[in-house]
Amino acid sequence: MLAPDKCIGCRTCEIVCSFNKTKAFNPKTARVSVLMYDEAALSVPIMCLQCDDPACMKVCPTGAITKGADGTVTIEDKRCIGCKLCVSACPLGNITVSPVENRVVKCDLCNGEPQCAQYCPAGAIEFKEAAPSTIKRKQDIAERFKELFGEVGE
Amino acid sequence: MFGWAGTILRVNLSEGSIKKEALDLNDAKLYLGGRGLATKIMMDEVDPQVDPLSPENKLIFMTGPLTGTMAASPGRYMVIAKAPLTGTIGCANSGGHFGPELKFAGYDGIIFEGKAEKPVYLWINDDEVELRPAEHLWGKNVFETTDQLLAETAEDARVACIGPAGEKGVLFATVMNDKNRAAGRTGMGTVMGSKNLKAIVVRGTKSVAVAEPEKFKEVCTDARRKLKEHPVTGEGLRAYGTGVLVNILNQMGALPTRNWRDGGVFEHAEDISGETLAEKYLVRSKGCFGCSIGCGRLTRIPEGKFKSFGEGPEYEAEWSYGAACGVGDLAAICKANFLCNELGLDPITMGATIACAMEMYEKGILTREEVGRELKFGDAEAIVELTRMTGLREGFGDQLALGSYRLAEKYGHPELSMSVKKQEMPAYDARGVQGMGLSYATSNRGGCHVRGYMTSVEVLGIPEKLDPLVTEEKAGWLKIFQDLTAVFDSAGICLFTSFALGLPELADMLRAALGWTESNEEILKIGERIWNLERLFNLRAGFTKADDTLPPRLLKEPLPSGPAKGKVNQLEVMLKEYYQVRGWNEEGVPTEEKMAELSLR
Repeated sequence: MLAPDKCIGCRTCEIVCSFNKTKAFNPKTARVSVLMYDEAALSVPIMCLQCDDPACMKVCPTGAITKGADGTVTIEDKRCIGCKLCVSACPLGNITVSPVENRVVKCDLCNGEPQCAQYCPAGAIEFKEAAPSTIKRKQDIAERFKELFGEVGE
Repeated sequence: MFGWAGTILRVNLSEGSIKKEALDLNDAKLYLGGRGLATKIMMDEVDPQVDPLSPENKLIFMTGPLTGTMAASPGRYMVIAKAPLTGTIGCANSGGHFGPELKFAGYDGIIFEGKAEKPVYLWINDDEVELRPAEHLWGKNVFETTDQLLAETAEDARVACIGPAGEKGVLFATVMNDKNRAAGRTGMGTVMGSKNLKAIVVRGTKSVAVAEPEKFKEVCTDARRKLKEHPVTGEGLRAYGTGVLVNILNQMGALPTRNWRDGGVFEHAEDISGETLAEKYLVRSKGCFGCSIGCGRLTRIPEGKFKSFGEGPEYEAEWSYGAACGVGDLAAICKANFLCNELGLDPITMGATIACAMEMYEKGILTREEVGRELKFGDAEAIVELTRMTGLREGFGDQLALGSYRLAEKYGHPELSMSVKKQEMPAYDARGVQGMGLSYATSNRGGCHVRGYMTSVEVLGIPEKLDPLVTEEKAGWLKIFQDLTAVFDSAGICLFTSFALGLPELADMLRAALGWTESNEEILKIGERIWNLERLFNLRAGFTKADDTLPPRLLKEPLPSGPAKGKVNQLEVMLKEYYQVRGWNEEGVPTEEKMAELSLR
């Protein structure tokens, strides 16, 4: 789960991700990116969201992209021919070409122990089931309705 | 190469030439990087007597071996030149994302020489480096310049630039990077402006490697855990920023009020504190590259005559515009601070210079005619308007642009400038915190708190608590703080980590990054070497023991109120002990034995 409202824009996720994947530090090889919006005073961490119906998987001509039983979408390097169709197909822009590794990369959830979530100092990236958090969001929206209609009622 | 990138860029602005030079590994071992390595280059290549604003001065941007890694708060770089404000070695440190990006482009640092005929900027895109015309950017503020440069280079590049203050020779102009981060003190932006260098834009796609990856990850993880668990770095700074200090120093009676005239207790301290900022105007906390502390402030004043949005203020600016000017209006302080970011001004010197002018005005030394307005303590509008006028050198701002010492001296009252070596002291009254007085007097870049932060031991009790009102033990502690700080600065990590981390943690990170086997003591020795080298630069520039002093107010006028009531700073006692602890002679000159011990001969 991503919580941009907590993100402090430090990009720790980017450096620990790059280190975990390449044993060196380089945000350009990271599978996670932090986008900054100065005027809105907001920064947003973003990485592959492991779609239920992945566009990248559908478009891959060699079947290199698969979705595992645990829901993780992965790229099999041996089958990948580097055509980058998946890069174009991902509606979220979460597949990138790593300049150092010279291949297509995406978040693979670090075998169930995502380093970005582990090192995020602000709790902006958490690795957990989506359900409890969505209930919290529903409550937030419901609260707004309550406030809105409360005002109208007065 | 591990830790270091291995290459230094040398840009001669007079010739328009760009060279790539291999990092001198012998010097890198002795001086690490950042502040240390750049000072060594200055010492080797520049006459310390040089006019700081002449083409013969050099301007060096330098990262450290931990910059851009996963070390604790590893986003720092430093800007070094002979300083126009002080005439000492100048050096200012900044965070954000610019420093790491320079490393990712493959460079430890950049040496600028000479002076460009017309305004230029340097565009570094990995291996491709070029000087480009910047006439269309001259006159633009920091935000406009940054946006324009990103549009004409690359969206994911990083920008360090000067604002109008640096162009117009304001003596305390900053180098600003990532819009709101400042290499703030001693006038490094002024040197940049004197060279007709408007900006550096950098984009990098390379990796920074370390010698022992698994070990490095382990020690960095441990350091990050300690930062998280420490009350200052884990809670206080994130929640309230450095402004958490306002109430603490005020309670100690050491928050200098109205140009240090009215003692160390400010009646509106609560109104200008980090707590009040968090409650009223803070939008979000912000961290520099790889930083888990997040002391940065994203701040919005939603309404009123000071309606604005920006970053900061931090403690020093809350004090300089607040207590020092007698202003309790936090919205005005925020607005003035944002203007400093946009125009490229050091808010410590700016606020303190206005405070000095306010006292001169109240004493009748400055008239309404000269200033162009009333200028009494507590005038919230004045701090905003005079900041703007100084950045653009309009009207009386042209005088303020010289800093408080030159302003007060011009009118025959240099004693009213609360400065050391012509740089304004920050927000800790050295009568109530004795060791800070010794720190100011001996700082190699003039009045400054981040060369040996005695407040840590004297006020916060980190790593242990000393009595702030006595002189005993202060010299010995200060030496350790000064040496250790030089290592932090030169390693490329943020000094704020030193609240939770000490020499062992810093040394562990350096050893794993560089594949070193050096002991903790040998690594601390690097800091002592740097400190002595800076001292040698200043001695050769003409400074003597007589300059290791404080404004007469701190030595002669007792504090009128608070826990330190009746105290003056007992500098003389501490300074004598300090020279001995340093292994310097009675004139404050490093002895031959000391120089040999530090491989400075």
